[in-house]
Order: sequence, then structure tokens, then C-alpha cells
Amino acid sequence: MSLWRLIFTNLRRHRVRTAIGATGIALGVATMLSVVGVLSGAVRMFERILRSDSEVVVFERNVSDLFFSNVPVSLADELEKQASVKDAQPVLFAIVAAPERPVITCFGIRASDGRLKKATWVKGSIDDFRDDGEAIVLGERAAEFLKAEPGQKLELGQQAYPVAGIVRTENGFEDGGVFMPLLCAQKAFHKEGVASIVSVAMNAGHETSEVKEWMKANHPKFSALENEEFSKSYSQFKILKTTAWVVGGCAFLLGGLSVTNTMILSVFSRIRELAIVRVSGFSKGQVARMIFGESLVVSFIGMIAGLVLSAAGLRLLKLVPQLQGYIDPSLGLTEVLGALLLAVVTALLGALYPAWYAVRLKPADALRYE
Amino acid sequence: MSEMISVEDVWKSFDRGRIEVLKGVNLSIAHGEVLALCGTSGCGKSTLLHVIGGLEPPDRGVVRIDGKAPSGEAERLELLRRGVGFVFQLHHLVAGLTLEENCLVPAVATGLSRSAARARVRELAEATGIAGRLDRRVRELSGGERQRGSLVRALLNDPPILLADEPTGALDETNRERVFELLLDLARSKGKTLVIATHDLDLARRCDRVVRMRDGKVVEDGV
Repeated sequence: MSLWRLIFTNLRRHRVRTAIGATGIALGVATMLSVVGVLSGAVRMFERILRSDSEVVVFERNVSDLFFSNVPVSLADELEKQASVKDAQPVLFAIVAAPERPVITCFGIRASDGRLKKATWVKGSIDDFRDDGEAIVLGERAAEFLKAEPGQKLELGQQAYPVAGIVRTENGFEDGGVFMPLLCAQKAFHKEGVASIVSVAMNAGHETSEVKEWMKANHPKFSALENEEFSKSYSQFKILKTTAWVVGGCAFLLGGLSVTNTMILSVFSRIRELAIVRVSGFSKGQVARMIFGESLVVSFIGMIAGLVLSAAGLRLLKLVPQLQGYIDPSLGLTEVLGALLLAVVTALLGALYPAWYAVRLKPADALRYE
Repeated sequence: MSEMISVEDVWKSFDRGRIEVLKGVNLSIAHGEVLALCGTSGCGKSTLLHVIGGLEPPDRGVVRIDGKAPSGEAERLELLRRGVGFVFQLHHLVAGLTLEENCLVPAVATGLSRSAARARVRELAEATGIAGRLDRRVRELSGGERQRGSLVRALLNDPPILLADEPTGALDETNRERVFELLLDLARSKGKTLVIATHDLDLARRCDRVVRMRDGKVVEDGV
């Protein structure tokens, strides 16, 4: 007979109550991890668009969104002349509308950009995508929902463009987007001479710091960040990640309230039992440990169930065709450890009042309790 | 015989002094003595037992156990763990645990080893006639068996004092007789000091000494 045996017996005696408490935590954990998993997945996918084969992203300093960033294309040409730089590709991001499709992501790129080279060409050839031409390339999903085929003309915004080919990419934003020659995109979106970012690939044996320092010295109006630095500092990503944790945390709080409720009911329904363990020599600390122990077990069960639920939910999300490629929902160690920490904190906070109430009980009064 | 319990001018009130329950009680109980506290409901018997056992501190006066007056949380806790064992009118066994597990609850408090505690439970269960029922859950036991279980629980840590508050009050006539006899036998055979609060004078007369209480005071103390 041990304190743990007492704890498990108390929980087993009130299975429904225990299950309700654990379910609250489970739903909290599942919601939190799902939201965090989905949004982090979306951020990762967006990061991949920026990264392509590069190590450094150059963009206009102090812009809240890359759609508002204006980097002169001439800067890409300057960068390419640096000994440390292997390749510098300007990319213009824009949103374009097609009939019945008001929002399509458009990537204004050069023909030499790695994106189209790496992609699987379903129809057409990369040779048909030319810097001085107007022919566009569609992602496979975009071609599907726009019902477009190579050789046809596709109305985008104010103009119709010939479709040169269809490519399959792993990234949903790209697969559901349109690749347009950079010059053509600049004209269409009134951004002559500029791009949103420049992706910089380094030559072997050179450090990214060389480009960053050169940029700082020669073009202080622009930021050059390694991909990882960019992901951490980009405000849109920060907002998404913070939103995920806040929404998840709120869901967890609701779960925590269910644990508190469970523990309060647990204490109030066995006041005379608590009295008898005090009469049997339990110290206030032992009674508190018993209550906190029960709460920890409920939260732990809930956390395990929540992990299973969220893993299953995220797996299911990956199977939804409309979401494929747009998000890459997955759980990392940080998210799991975060949930574990929150479960422990919730258990301790949830048991605080019930434990305080239990230790303050006077055994003699509690024995008379009806 | 030397003195085991000494109650000196003990006062106790509740509800911020509005309800006075003990009004200057004086009592001396010897080692191994079996004493019956008699009186009508509300005369202060239970409160006196609680004060002796450390469940309630007195407002005024002193209670000495074997010459020492426990003061403070730690000393009162030690008194509850090893100094006294309580038996109540209701058994207060924990539903969901087996009878043996219920009897082992005080061992959790004191940290007595599992093997030693189980051996002690078995020994006491043999003495109280419930050895064959130790693996049963509380709901499977009769009223008498439950109360005998609570007696084993009270004696697990081998306290020198046993305080029984109407221990047969919730039992039928046959079980009342059996449990009362058991209490007396165990106390006498193991040299325990036993204080029984009861309003049953027939049972009280079988104790070594009967003390009558009325309105929070000892009004008669006779052998």
C-alpha cells in the first residue's frame, strides 16, 4: 500500500469523473498541437518557397510583409558579381485573379531560377518559359482548378497569357500558383525593375557572413538574412506562431478548468475519507501530495490521449486533397515537450485550490460532515 | 498504576466561543485502564476524545499523554501516528480499497515497510476474526466486519491508547456485543489504555471505570 495506490484507487473509483477531466486535457492538448502543427507546417511550406536552393534572403528593410518589399533587380546582378555568390535570383511575389478564382499566388521569376528546373514537368518544357516571353507555367493543382492546358490562353488580371507548361512541385503554394517571367510580372503588377526578394546561393567555401557584410556596407536599406534568421525575425511568421500558441494555450486553459472541476468534486465528495486519512496520521503535506498526484495522473492520461488524438488528426489533415502541399502538419519535439510542460502546469494549477481546501480541513469537523 | 492520560482543566468551545462544549474537564486515566465515558448526546464525550487524541486543540487547559503535553502541529501529528488509535461510530473505510488496503492506510502515513505492515495487519486480523476477509472490498463486508476492520486500522501502528467514539452505535445487537467484547479483550490483552465514549450503560459497566459527563463537565467518576 502506497500513496500512489491510494491515488489510483481514488481515480478508479470515479471513472466517469476521471475520464471527463482527462478528456478536457486531451482536447486541450489535441487542439493546441493541431493548431501549432498546422500553422507551423504552413510556415515551413512558405519558408521553402523563399529558400529554394539558396542560403540568404535579401529583402527591403522594415517591411511588414514580403509582398510590400521592393528590391531592385540590379541588386541581384550586383550580388552575382561577388566572388562569394554562386547565384542570385530575384523573385516577385504577387496575388493575381482569374475568372472564378480571385486569389492565385503568382511567382515572377527568371528562367534560370531553380524552382522550375527542380520541378517535374507534367506537360510542356522549360525551354518554353523565356525571360523575354509572356508564356506562363502553371502548378499542377492550378492547372486543374483553372482547367487550363498548354497552348491555351489564360486570363489573369487584365491580360491573357499563353500557357507554356504544367509542373508538379511538392509545395502547395507553388503547385497551386502561377510562374510568370519576371519582366512580364513586373509589368503586370506595375513593379518595373523590382522584385520582392533576392535568393542568394553561396559558392562553396564561402560564408554567408560575407554577403551579409557586403550588403550592410553597400546597401543598408536592405536586409540580408540567412534563411533561419529570416524565419525567426519575419513578423508574419512570428504572428502565425504566436497565434498558434495563444489559441492552443486557451484551449489548454479550458482543459485545465476541467481538471480543476474534477479535483474539486473529488475532494468535496470524500471529505470524511480525507478526515480519516488525517486521523490515521497523514500530514497536510501527504494529503496535498495525494491531491496533486491525482491531478497529475489525470493530466498525464489526458496528455497521452491528446497526443494520440492530435497525431491522428494531423495525419488525417494530410490526406485532405485541398490542403496537400499548403501545410505540412507535423509535431516536433518542442511542441510535444511544450504540451507536456503545459500538462504538468495545468495539473498543478488545477489542483491548487482543491489541495488547499483539503489540507485546511479539520479532521474533527470533517468527520461530522454530512 | 502510572498515569497515561491527564486532562487538566480543559475548555473547548466552537463558533467563536458561542458554543461551549467542554467546561473545565479534569480527568486522569492510568496505563492500561479501560474507561467508559458516558452521557447523553451533546454532553462533550466526542469532543473530549478529539482533544485527548490531538484532533482538536483545547482552548484552555492541558492534556498530557504519558507525561508530555503535545503542542504544535508536528507533535499532534506524531500523537496521531503513534500515540493514539481512533475508532468511530461509522467505520469510515475507503470504498474501492480492499479491507487489507484500508487497514494499511496508517502505514502510508508513518512509512512502515510493506512487509512489516502486512504482517501486523494479518496478526490483528487473526485476533479480530477477519483474516479470511482481508481481500474483500468494503461493499462485500458486513457491518461488524467493517467495524472490526476499522479497529485493526486503529491498532496498526501499535498505539498505547485507543479512543473509541460510540464504536458500536451503528451495529445491530449481536455485532454490538461482539465488537465491544473484542475491544475490551484486545485492550486488556495488549495492555492498551482504552477510552470508550458510549451512552449504553450496560456496555459501560463492563469497563474498569465509568465517568459520567453532563453539559461539558465530569459529574461522576466512579469505579
